Amino acid sequence: MKLKRTFSEISLLTITLALFVIMYGAGVLFYGFRISTFLNLFNDNAYLIVATTGIFFVLLTGGIDISIGSVVAFTCVFSAWLLEKGFSAGFVIPLVLLIGLAFGSLQGFLIVKFDLQPFIVTLAGLFFMRALCSVISKAAIAIKNPFYLKVALAKIRFTLGRQHPKIYFYALFAVAVVLGTAFILKFTKFGRTVYAVGGSEQSASLMGLPVKRTRVMVYGLSGFCASLGGVIYSLYTLAGYSLQNVGMELDAISSAVIGGTLLTGGVGSIFGAAIGVLIQGLIQTVVTYQNLNTWWTKVTVAALLCLFIIIQRAMSVNGEKARKNRLIKAA
Amino acid sequence: MEILQKYRRARIFWPSVIFLGILLFNTIISKGEFLSITMMDGHFYGRLVDIFRNGSKLMLLAMGMTFVIASGGIDISVGSVMAISGAIACSVIRGNLFPFFQGSVFFALVLAVAAGALCGAWNGFLVSRVRIQPMVATLILMVAGRGIAQLITNGKIITVNSPSYYFINGGYILGLPFPLYLVIILFAGLLFFTKKTAFGLFLASSGINDKSSRLAGIRVENIKLLVYVFCGAAAAGAGLIESSGIKGADCNNAGLMIELDAILSVAIGGNLLTGGRFSLGASICGALIIQSITTTIYAMGVPPEVIQLVKALLVITISLIQSEKLSIKLLPAKAAAQ
Repeated sequence: MKLKRTFSEISLLTITLALFVIMYGAGVLFYGFRISTFLNLFNDNAYLIVATTGIFFVLLTGGIDISIGSVVAFTCVFSAWLLEKGFSAGFVIPLVLLIGLAFGSLQGFLIVKFDLQPFIVTLAGLFFMRALCSVISKAAIAIKNPFYLKVALAKIRFTLGRQHPKIYFYALFAVAVVLGTAFILKFTKFGRTVYAVGGSEQSASLMGLPVKRTRVMVYGLSGFCASLGGVIYSLYTLAGYSLQNVGMELDAISSAVIGGTLLTGGVGSIFGAAIGVLIQGLIQTVVTYQNLNTWWTKVTVAALLCLFIIIQRAMSVNGEKARKNRLIKAA
Repeated sequence: MEILQKYRRARIFWPSVIFLGILLFNTIISKGEFLSITMMDGHFYGRLVDIFRNGSKLMLLAMGMTFVIASGGIDISVGSVMAISGAIACSVIRGNLFPFFQGSVFFALVLAVAAGALCGAWNGFLVSRVRIQPMVATLILMVAGRGIAQLITNGKIITVNSPSYYFINGGYILGLPFPLYLVIILFAGLLFFTKKTAFGLFLASSGINDKSSRLAGIRVENIKLLVYVFCGAAAAGAGLIESSGIKGADCNNAGLMIELDAILSVAIGGNLLTGGRFSLGASICGALIIQSITTTIYAMGVPPEVIQLVKALLVITISLIQSEKLSIKLLPAKAAAQ
């Protein structure tokens, strides 16, 4: 059984990686992608990588969090508003991160303690945060704080022949978050518990694992990562606007799913999820290169998500059939 | 007396009391002006008529959502489906889409509703056949649907000039607004369908436990597919009313965030969000409550953003009230009796 699961995990990851390589290769051939295009995938999607990391934990436990787009927007609007009022960045950043953590934990608490459905709670969270954004300000607020400007422009430049690709500091930070997550999932008690809870909540609780605490913690982590993504997004755009990132939760969920995370929980790899984000970045790049309506990105991503879910479904059905056959043979 | 007793036990009792309470509150603070209905050019005008007219979209959505929620699912794509149906209807009337219909309003409406049903069928397919969680399945269309609507209209706001199309929202029959008739006819039809056929029972049964319903011989898959198709068609109808009201199609704002209102209507009506037994009338009452609260808050000069905040909190409060765990904690005696 263990072997089977690892197999499907690896093969899903292979499909994802192959898709990325093929798409990128096609991009190099047809659009002349360069090294800078590759690095820009990280620069432009750093916030999404971080936010996806958060929702990835929730998906692993078999839950769902659709409030993250609004949390990102709230973080941007609220920090832009506070900075405009003259608060220092050293105060604003910890504060918004704390709010994200608290908000996520509260959602998790409601879900776990009162046995509410995750989607109802996080749907209410989505609307709550979005409404809070427009209560703070309906107009876009620009960020002019010197610290933000400095961090936003901090980057490393390479020189490769005549090309000068660059990677921003916050993109490197997102990569660090992914590596940290991989470490947590692989080597800490908490990370292993997350997988166990997603595999089977009942077995995990019979093994004496802290199921409830873990489930609350993943929602807290999701809120925290969303606000961290929000901080990165505010560095990326240097503004806060109440209607930004509408539908980002779908981007994050589909990144995770395209990267081989099962929506039923228990299976998935953070590297796959990160590649999922990069695939979406590629789609975005192609849509921009082709000068198409930006809505094509959303439509394509949604179609890709459907495709991957159907592949997963087919694989798990095949797996079940094979298991049944084995059981019949054994009997 | 017996009827009164039966009414008190029915699910619709509390929602209707709350609705009447809100109406009473409005009447008192407006010193009776709220209830006044005037007759002009053979049409009735007044706040009460407005609530029923503006609430008709929500009532349509609430009926579709009641079915979906009763089946143990949820549909958060209704707002996007509204945008799609408005976009299709307006494009057909303008002749941008399917020019051989020559801008026929009738075909525009048929196509729009068919498109809504198709969206619903897609959701239903994903939920009942591919077995994706309803939340994720409909999230796909919630995000992509608005994109599809944008692609239909080429990202522009399309305006139409067609009095017969305006009639859907602004028309009057016997002095009452036309959308109200749509709601009443659909409601009566559905009530008959759920009470006089076994469908209502099957639906509730698949919402409570779909495995045992399947073992009992109910075709759960088909029932689930059907409720999503119906929900999509109802959303398309609501989209037509909205688009006829603004005399055009605005894909960015049509039905924006109305999903929460629809779910809230069902929840306020006292229907369980976890599925199972349901009451259409109670959801209609829920929709009217939300519409009258919205009207009241607007009339009191509160900014609309705050309404969204309040609604989000209401959803959580209602699901907390419905939560079994909480009631066991608060009312141990009652739980023991059950």
